[in-house]
Amino acid sequence: MSSSAPSLSLGRRRGGRAVEARVSRGLWADALRRLVRNRPALVGLALVAVFVVAALAAPVVAPYGPYERAGGQLEPPSPAHLFGTDLLGRDVFSRVLYGAQISLQVGVVAVLLALLTGGIIGALAGGFGGWVDAALMRLTDVLLAIPGILLAIGIVAWLGRGMPQLMLAIAVTYTPIFARLLRGSLLALREVDYVVAARSIGASPLRILTRHMLPNAVTPLIVQATLVLATAIIDIAGLGFLGLGPPDPRTPEWGTMLVDARRFLQTAPHIVFFVGGAIVVSAIGFNLLGDGLRESLDPRLKR
Amino acid sequence: MTVPTTVTAPARASAGNDVLLEVRDLRTYFHVLDGTVKAVDGVSFSVRRGQTIGLVGESGCGKSVTALTIMRLLDIPPAEIASGEIIFEGRDLLTLSEDEMRHVRGNDIAMIFQEPMTSLNPVYTVGDQIAEAVMLHQRLSKKEAWNKAIESLRAVGINNPERRVKQYPHELSGGMRQRVMIAMALSCDPKLLIADEPTTALDVTIQAQILELIKDVQDRTGTALMLITHDLGVVAETVHDVLVMYAGRIVETGTVEDVLLAPKHPYTEGLLRSIPSRGMKGQRLNVIKGTVPNPFNMPKGCNFAPRCPYAFAPCAEYDPRIEEANPPDVACWLYTPAPGSPIPPRIRPRRPVEVGA
Repeated sequence: MSSSAPSLSLGRRRGGRAVEARVSRGLWADALRRLVRNRPALVGLALVAVFVVAALAAPVVAPYGPYERAGGQLEPPSPAHLFGTDLLGRDVFSRVLYGAQISLQVGVVAVLLALLTGGIIGALAGGFGGWVDAALMRLTDVLLAIPGILLAIGIVAWLGRGMPQLMLAIAVTYTPIFARLLRGSLLALREVDYVVAARSIGASPLRILTRHMLPNAVTPLIVQATLVLATAIIDIAGLGFLGLGPPDPRTPEWGTMLVDARRFLQTAPHIVFFVGGAIVVSAIGFNLLGDGLRESLDPRLKR
Repeated sequence: MTVPTTVTAPARASAGNDVLLEVRDLRTYFHVLDGTVKAVDGVSFSVRRGQTIGLVGESGCGKSVTALTIMRLLDIPPAEIASGEIIFEGRDLLTLSEDEMRHVRGNDIAMIFQEPMTSLNPVYTVGDQIAEAVMLHQRLSKKEAWNKAIESLRAVGINNPERRVKQYPHELSGGMRQRVMIAMALSCDPKLLIADEPTTALDVTIQAQILELIKDVQDRTGTALMLITHDLGVVAETVHDVLVMYAGRIVETGTVEDVLLAPKHPYTEGLLRSIPSRGMKGQRLNVIKGTVPNPFNMPKGCNFAPRCPYAFAPCAEYDPRIEEANPPDVACWLYTPAPGSPIPPRIRPRRPVEVGA
């Protein structure tokens, strides 16, 4: 909208010259064009792409298996072992790739779960208002009052270690964020002219919520989901670091790997460096992408 | 207060069956933290089939709230409809269930809003939105509704409607969007069209086109029109009858000729005098002194008395009601004997007022 000249129209009421047609393009196409022009966002997109490809293609790309004794103990990086080897002689590069798989899997499932439950809570609260809103928002307040990582630790401690528990713990932590975000957007949308206009043509409340309000409230959710994915990756590693990661200690989970490598920080710093680097780079990637998405999707920044 | 409950509509009491909408003693209050705002405070009027009435007054006088109350679009709470009846084709809209009311909205009474730039949903094409309005009230297939959308865009003077229906609101100019809003409002052939400042957000040339269009479609479809505006020029060009609102009340009513050429109420007179005219180069603009009364603290007597150049003794004490006047066309003690006041009214006949003089 900002970049392209609006089509000049309305010359005369009758017999006006045919207006030059401008190709109709949707909001998403517009957003994509803005995203592509945003350099930091592109960097973020590239990092995320590397992360996702590494995760999906780990079995193909990784030179060794994640549990395979591939070389000597704590070898420094070399052409044979790009990131060196760990205490048990396993190839760190391969394990980082497989670790990306775990982070992506847990992170995406957890964030989708949080998005879904948070979205439902937010839609109910923002859509219905009144006591429904009050009750649901007090519930999210309670969840928000507990620091995220502490809540996650509590849930894992309660339900026991395991991948589903890990996903659930992270999901519960982020549910209130999505709930509040969607509720806020919906509340703001209630007063918006086109929602009042939709009511004035006789649309039902459910129709207004699903057709007129939700589509206009999803973009902040998409942005937030991307940003939350960055913190989720850090949280997964954090839980792993605290010993609350996957039950099998040999699993190539980044946080678990960090704990193991911590003891050799002096003698073999490369392990901590590469594993920590993987966490940082993937988190930065999602952050940059999220910011870029915000800039290209947020209606307030348009025009 | 000694307001009689049997209130007759001040707008020309003509043949009973002809009346499409009759609003009786409508009061809409807003309960907010600082107290209660009586946004609409005892408004009565009627609209006949095919009639055009203008509701004029400055910002905050209750014009839009009146319209939103008729459409029942206000959130309750904070709003409260404290009293009144809104009789539309024999039914009191205030007693309808929300479901019944939904069939009235868009189908029987449609509304055009002030801001064409924001009144269309940005994520749907204009065709989708008009088709939605049609399908809400008529059993039509998607295809038929879409054709109806094209047809209604053509009816509001949009060139190449086959292409325009597929466009998104952001691809259209403000005037074009207001045409789309009008097309949407008229798509179900409503019996009453409420236009809330339909031209305020548009520039002057487009304003003229849109007014022309509204008059045009009204002639064609025979729908009644309630035009809400603060622009007396718009009123003069468009409507038959005028209701002048001030601080939540109707203070004067009559035909557009009577009210605009020879107003009775000092407020109407002040409004007309404050319009700049061509002959007054270099002179100060006439203004109505003072400001609208604080809604939390209305004057005891006439709401307009503190600003009125003709105010006299009863004005500060007694609250004039248009229903008590004879004929009921102005709420002012200059025309009606004040109850309990020894001072007789100073009857002033309608006299011509020069715009801007």
